[in-house]
Amino acid sequence: MNALNWWLLLSFLLFCIGAFGVLARRNIILVVMSLEIMLNAVNIALVAIANFRGGAAAGAGTLFALFIIVLAAAEVTVGLAIVIANYRNKRTVQTDTYDELKG
Amino acid sequence: MPTALKTAVALIPLLPLLGFIVTLVFGKRWGSRAHILPVALVTVSAALSIYVFVCAFTHQETTYIWNAFTWVGAGRYSIPWGFQVDTLTGVMLLVVGVIGMLVHYYSIGYMHGDEGYYRFFAYLNLFMFAMFMLILADSYLLLFLGWEGVGLCSYLLISFWFRKKSASQAGKKAFLVNRVGDFGFTLAMFAILVATGTLQFTGVFDAAEHGNIAAGTMTWICLLLFTGAIGKSAQFPLHVWLPDAMEGPTPVSALIHAATMVNAGVYMVARSYPLFIQSHTAMTVVMAVGIFTSIFAAYIAITQNDIKKVIAYSTISSLGLMFVALGAGAWVAGIFYLFAHGFFKGLMFLCSGSVIHAMGGEQDMRKMGGLRKKIPITFWTMLIGALSMVGIIPFAGFWAKDEILGATFVKGYYVVWGVGLLVVLLTGIYVFRLIFLTFFGENRSDPEVQAHIHESPAVMTVPLVLLAIPAALLGLLVGVPPETGWLHGFLEPVFFDVEHEAFAWAGQGGLLMIVSLALALIGIAIAWWLYIRQTDVPGRIAERVPWAYRLSLNKGYVDEVYAVVPIGATLGFASWLWTFVDAKVIDGAVNGLARLWGWAGDRLRPIQTGRVQNYAMYVFGGMVVLVVVLAWVWGS
Repeated sequence: MNALNWWLLLSFLLFCIGAFGVLARRNIILVVMSLEIMLNAVNIALVAIANFRGGAAAGAGTLFALFIIVLAAAEVTVGLAIVIANYRNKRTVQTDTYDELKG
Repeated sequence: MPTALKTAVALIPLLPLLGFIVTLVFGKRWGSRAHILPVALVTVSAALSIYVFVCAFTHQETTYIWNAFTWVGAGRYSIPWGFQVDTLTGVMLLVVGVIGMLVHYYSIGYMHGDEGYYRFFAYLNLFMFAMFMLILADSYLLLFLGWEGVGLCSYLLISFWFRKKSASQAGKKAFLVNRVGDFGFTLAMFAILVATGTLQFTGVFDAAEHGNIAAGTMTWICLLLFTGAIGKSAQFPLHVWLPDAMEGPTPVSALIHAATMVNAGVYMVARSYPLFIQSHTAMTVVMAVGIFTSIFAAYIAITQNDIKKVIAYSTISSLGLMFVALGAGAWVAGIFYLFAHGFFKGLMFLCSGSVIHAMGGEQDMRKMGGLRKKIPITFWTMLIGALSMVGIIPFAGFWAKDEILGATFVKGYYVVWGVGLLVVLLTGIYVFRLIFLTFFGENRSDPEVQAHIHESPAVMTVPLVLLAIPAALLGLLVGVPPETGWLHGFLEPVFFDVEHEAFAWAGQGGLLMIVSLALALIGIAIAWWLYIRQTDVPGRIAERVPWAYRLSLNKGYVDEVYAVVPIGATLGFASWLWTFVDAKVIDGAVNGLARLWGWAGDRLRPIQTGRVQNYAMYVFGGMVVLVVVLAWVWGS
């Protein structure tokens, strides 16, 4: 197995950990954190591919990763603001209680 | 067809149709003047009918056919709207035109002041249109148009006083019973179309004469056609609608249910004679049904108390006699009887209408009596009608009836002949029972009614007199000498290869005449003895043989049988369809489906938790499945 695959495996594991966190954790803060882990897993994959493949892919992959970092920062700002607003309404961060969408 | 004849033939049905439409739309505003236009148009039609009759008279050997336009075009098959004029058409036109016109005039007096005055004349005009179309048609399909049209008018006019429950019921009954017969007629048309590829009379008859229709098929076609005739001409077992049809106004009974529409069945069978002569079975059936109906109806007529019901049963009996003539192969005799019957039976009905008018609406003969002096014109004209109907020399009915009986004897149907003589005897009894109960003895109605008895206005009595003339003299004019009279020569082109078995006027024929005349006179004598001389005897006879009395009084229990077998079975089946098929099967299926989806919804509802994480789980799960599937697809 070459070096790229090891990096991709790392990225995959991190993505799975993140996904598990998003789906299974009940604390909304931890869900947001898991989301960040998933984004970074993708970043690792992009950067790794950019590094090993080279050529046109190199610039594009790195650029993508940079965009994602910037967007993630913005997204976390908005996300945490929503978390706080929600906490003020419900006095809880447990996702079980967020079931207003129930039909 | 010459242009003048074309114009006449086109206008004859067109004018009453126009009268119908205009009167129906504007008639209400005209009030008591609503009759002017319809009566005028029918008068013109009647005059044109006479003109067509004269044309047929002067060109006896010619059969005029005129395809006015294409009525139905369907691919290679097209049905023209065609008129056919021959001598048979001429005779029928004369009967329908003249009687129709007189009935229109009579109705002016009879229906005066009725709230449906304009509606009555509109329907009468529609009837005239349909009846003329029926007669002038050159194909079975166009004949069927008229056939159904007169059926519709019959329904509309029977239930004319539709607020009366019994009238609307009677109208429905007539319509439904006729459907049974018409079903046979339509089947016959399908069979003809399959067998010959056409419905034009000329084409069908050509095919029949060249032997292009198999014998078995021919028998079925004839029997099915006759089924239609049974319904329309009120033969057993579909006769039940005609007595009930007396719920309609009396002019309707005279025009539709005595003189014209009920003859349509006879006319249709006579018109189809090239088919019928090829099927001995069908002819025998026609004769058997005719003679049974004739004796059965005559038997019922003896005990009926409603003056119109008696005449209604006598009409059924007479129609039976016409079918006997057709079945025995005495085609001209059948048409002769139709011709004469139209006049004397129409006359009888109009007279009974005049009697009812005089009695202030009373129809029960037990409450009449002694009217001879009070309404003399009605009495004398009705007496002429009665004598003609019973068959007293020299009135029209005698010659016609005698020709039929003579034909059955000469052709060797001795049983039919014997039963026919019995019918003559019974006819004498019940017709003169009617005359004696109505016009002789003491009046048995309330003094209040008695004070108002009056002769009908001239607009009613003049048609009576005008009808009484042919009822009396027609036989002498067209039917003498028997079997070789003028009408025979006239109709010969239509019934061209009928074998004439003329019987000698002075020999055998004379003897037959004396026998039937004697029986008719005996019938009258019995009626005189029972209802003038020994008025307590009828009651004693009824007590002695109560079953025979009740069988007759209750019209042979035919209605009761129908209430159980076809009607009861249909209602039972309908009830089963409702309570089981509809309520259980169909409702069950619909409700069951609803319950199934309700149950499935109950099971699926927990999935909808409202928690975003659960939904994200589904999305993730779906993605995993997608990836696995894609990997498997691309991998292989």
